[in-house]
Amino acid sequence: MTEIRERIIQIIAEQAMLDPSELKPEMSPEEIGIDSLGLVESIFAIEEAFDISVPFNANEPEKSDFDISSLGAIIDAVEKLVAEKA
Amino acid sequence: MSAKKIKGEKQPKSERKAGKVKGKVKTATKLARAMLGRVIMGRHANGMRRVAITGMGTINALGRDVPSTLEAMREGRCGIGPLEFRDVERLAIRIGGQVRDWEPETYFNRQQIVLYDKFTQFTLLAAREAVAQSGLIFEGELGTQSGVVLGTAAGGMNTWDENYRTVYEEGKNRVHPFVVPKLMNNAACSHLSMEYGLLGPSFTVATACASSNHAMGLAFNMVRSGAATVMLTGGSEAMLCFGGVKAWEGLRVMSKDACRPFSATRNGMVQGEGAGIFVFEDWEHAVARGADILAEVVGFAMSADAQDIVMPSAIGAQRTIAGAMLDAHIRPDEIGYINAHGTGTAANDKTECAAVAHAFGHHADRLMISSTKSMHGHLIGGTGAVELLACIMALRDGVIAPTIGYEEPDPECALDVVPNEAREAKVEAVLSNAFAFGGLNAVIALRKA
Repeated sequence: MTEIRERIIQIIAEQAMLDPSELKPEMSPEEIGIDSLGLVESIFAIEEAFDISVPFNANEPEKSDFDISSLGAIIDAVEKLVAEKA
Repeated sequence: MSAKKIKGEKQPKSERKAGKVKGKVKTATKLARAMLGRVIMGRHANGMRRVAITGMGTINALGRDVPSTLEAMREGRCGIGPLEFRDVERLAIRIGGQVRDWEPETYFNRQQIVLYDKFTQFTLLAAREAVAQSGLIFEGELGTQSGVVLGTAAGGMNTWDENYRTVYEEGKNRVHPFVVPKLMNNAACSHLSMEYGLLGPSFTVATACASSNHAMGLAFNMVRSGAATVMLTGGSEAMLCFGGVKAWEGLRVMSKDACRPFSATRNGMVQGEGAGIFVFEDWEHAVARGADILAEVVGFAMSADAQDIVMPSAIGAQRTIAGAMLDAHIRPDEIGYINAHGTGTAANDKTECAAVAHAFGHHADRLMISSTKSMHGHLIGGTGAVELLACIMALRDGVIAPTIGYEEPDPECALDVVPNEAREAKVEAVLSNAFAFGGLNAVIALRKA
């Protein structure tokens, strides 16, 4: 599971052009400096990295089944999706 | 090359005439800014010509001609349904406003089909209806004074898709010799010029979802300035194929079930396909030959947000709406109906409603605004053309096309969106909005003829 966590942090950090050490689980995408377009791109990268499908609609991100309120929430949701796949 | 075209090319008279008009316009600008807006017969006081619409044609998910399309809009019928094409099962988004049971053989011969991508086929079919209605025959001088400006975002997308399949998926190393002339964005425009012998200014514009509004705005300005007597204009799109929908899927702004513009329950846009073609004609020319004038094109404005490649700007939209009214010399309170861009995405609908509220002030609560994309889907580069039909229906028939699929009010879209049912209303002037990805805006104003 730490592997998944590290990989996600790496993806998000790369998108935000930050060092992975600067990211904290409680930070929201906005706080990290990721806008809606950046979020769509990050989710695409996550799907590619873990070979999963993330239920995310950019029209209503807050209503999606996928919680994107914080980095920690994203990590939890991806871990769940990866576990469901296995 | 036909004899008609050779004859046309040898006519320098029209060029001389165009030069003369240009000079006139320049002087008029200096002389009479204050007189702008005054209309004397077929000309404005500043020497600019008035522009009549004398023909319209279409094919889209609602119908294969104008009467069937307008009937569907009146009934609030939905043309969106399950997509049918190869590999659709590999898509997450499987609905669209598709032209069903399309068999090009019904309309075109083998030699034509070899050269016509679907977006060209749609264009030619819509143009046949529009030109027939106008009653125009482009012979002699009229041919040299007439042209084509069309909008499309993706051009021959089906041709790209099919041939990439051939070389990448099937591993073949040879494609059909006409792939390039078939897929190029100007193919439809060129075939239209050939079909009718139109020898004047002709080109295609690509500004994503605003393409056909930009095209029609340019055509309007060419007739208004005297650069052309007649322009065939509008746009076409045929992006409903595996690659076309797959690309849109990536943006995560597509709905899986329906297009519900302005409704609190909306969840994205739905793609459509088809074409809309119009005949824009010098008013005096149309009157002189006793043509039936469907509506008058009175104003056009375009602008760039210069801000974001996908997120729209309310200020940019507002500036363009105001610009079109200014260009048309129409007061905001004269506008009775707006055909909205209304894509059904959160980003567009909120921004567009804010822009309308700001541009119209108190009058925003009195005008009607609807999105017919709820019925025919988003035709991307062809959408403004099909939507102009709803504008003409409002002016000519006094019927306002509804926004269907409307379930729940959204406080951020608190305008009269003509929910679910068409309405009878007399309107004198209308606008058609188009706000494209890339922040490129184009708004057209029409007046009752």
